[in-house]
Amino acid sequence: MRDPRSRSARPRIAPAVRRAPFARPARWLAVALLLALAPALARAAGEPPLIRSTRIEKPGRIVLVLSRPLPRTDPANFRFTEAAAPDLPIAVREVHVTPLGERVTLVVGQGLDPAGHYRLEVAEPPLRLDLKPSPWALLFTVILSSALINNFVFTRYLGLCIFFGVSRKRETALGMGATFAFVMVTTGMLSWLLFEFVLKPLQLRFLQVLVFIGVVAFLVQMLDTVLKKTQSALHEKFGIYLVLITTNCIILAVPLLNAAADSGPLESFALAMGSGAGFALALFLMSCARERVELARVPPSLQGLPIAFALAGLVALAFMGFSGLSLFR
Amino acid sequence: MSAVLLQPVPPSTRQLILNGVFAENPVFRLALSLCPAVAVTTTVLNGLILGIAVLLVQVLSSVTVALARGLIHPRVRIVVYTIIIAVWVSVMDMALSAFVPALYAQVGLYVKLIVAFAIIISRLEMFASKYPLVPSFWDGFGMGLGFLLALVVIGALRELLGNGSLAGVRLTAGKPLLFFALPAGGFFSIAFLMAFFNWVERRMARGRRKPAAGGTHA
Repeated sequence: MRDPRSRSARPRIAPAVRRAPFARPARWLAVALLLALAPALARAAGEPPLIRSTRIEKPGRIVLVLSRPLPRTDPANFRFTEAAAPDLPIAVREVHVTPLGERVTLVVGQGLDPAGHYRLEVAEPPLRLDLKPSPWALLFTVILSSALINNFVFTRYLGLCIFFGVSRKRETALGMGATFAFVMVTTGMLSWLLFEFVLKPLQLRFLQVLVFIGVVAFLVQMLDTVLKKTQSALHEKFGIYLVLITTNCIILAVPLLNAAADSGPLESFALAMGSGAGFALALFLMSCARERVELARVPPSLQGLPIAFALAGLVALAFMGFSGLSLFR
Repeated sequence: MSAVLLQPVPPSTRQLILNGVFAENPVFRLALSLCPAVAVTTTVLNGLILGIAVLLVQVLSSVTVALARGLIHPRVRIVVYTIIIAVWVSVMDMALSAFVPALYAQVGLYVKLIVAFAIIISRLEMFASKYPLVPSFWDGFGMGLGFLLALVVIGALRELLGNGSLAGVRLTAGKPLLFFALPAGGFFSIAFLMAFFNWVERRMARGRRKPAAGGTHA
């Protein structure tokens, strides 16, 4: 007599048995690695670093958390500069130390950018510290600020033609937003590469407008062709938007802003990403509101674009609430 | 030459300029190139400088296209137009940053973005590629002038309400309505100016049914 359960149970066990010989050596290897690293870890734990953490506080203060007190805490012991201008010291006015000496606060004469990159040199004991936000914090901040605080539509007024053109229906708005975000990221990165490795070394910055619009046109054409050949269903849905994208200020603004700020690859990516997301969000919000307005009784002179502008004005007012938002206190 | 036989009769100069300023005003009537219309119009001077830049780019690219229209293959015309505009925008960008650096610092990004203005390329496609040099020049001039005037009107309104001054000269004593200098105020100013244009048109063309402004989009 055949037991149906035994047949069905076998394949459930079989992979586990087969996987075991691969899984166990990996575990042993991990344990061995940990044991090998243990002396190093113990040494690190036994002698904690002098500086535990550093952070910049808004009105010109730098806070150092230490594991043991510093031998000298007069202002002359510290030299504080911007990483971009290491020859121009920022005067350290006062130094406050907590009674146990585990926390030192430097007060400098000028306001500091919490997201900026600074350098702190200590004379005694000789130390050099780089003060900058971590790349993840930077990525997150730039994305957040370009999506909400400096939203392309509501605070920078970019892409308005397309914004008012396609925000009538929610479905179109979503498709358009997704397409835009994708194109913005790809063109943003490609133009960054060109700007950083071709235009900058060759001193051809003044050609940026020409080059960037070329990149956008080229990329959109390529995307259109590739989509048509490989994903014809997707192309039917988004093909119309792709044509509209070619000469659009919102796409072009990303590489231009990046070039103006001389941003690095991470910031460029974050700006493209954040602005794309912000534009998609703006389109979605606006389309929801405009679907409602369709049902409302609008005075005849205000019908169509004027009421849409007034709506955008209201949303822009709401977006002003984000202007106080900051990741770094 | 076949080109001479097919040449359409160009409208008169006066007609061309009035068309750009009133009947087909890029901002209020065609609702094209709205981004700079809201973005730089916090003061009259900003609006004026961008308006002048647009006027010059439009005239220069219209003239270039009108002169080169025999040489441009129809299939690549959009690309060629874009390159022509981009070249003139780069020239304008450099000129403005050299001659008026203080104002340029405020409107710089939008000067570069003139390259993506729908209004300029649409004039090249609809007019300059079909007509000879002189009418193309006046068409470009009229369109640019219409844009400039629109920017100056919005700029004057917003500066007066939001800042209490005009071209930097203080006019009112009271506290200004900061709202109009903010992004939201820009949207509202355009909304009510457009509504006003629509209202005037409805009053003038009573009985004649016509779609409201902004119904046509690019």
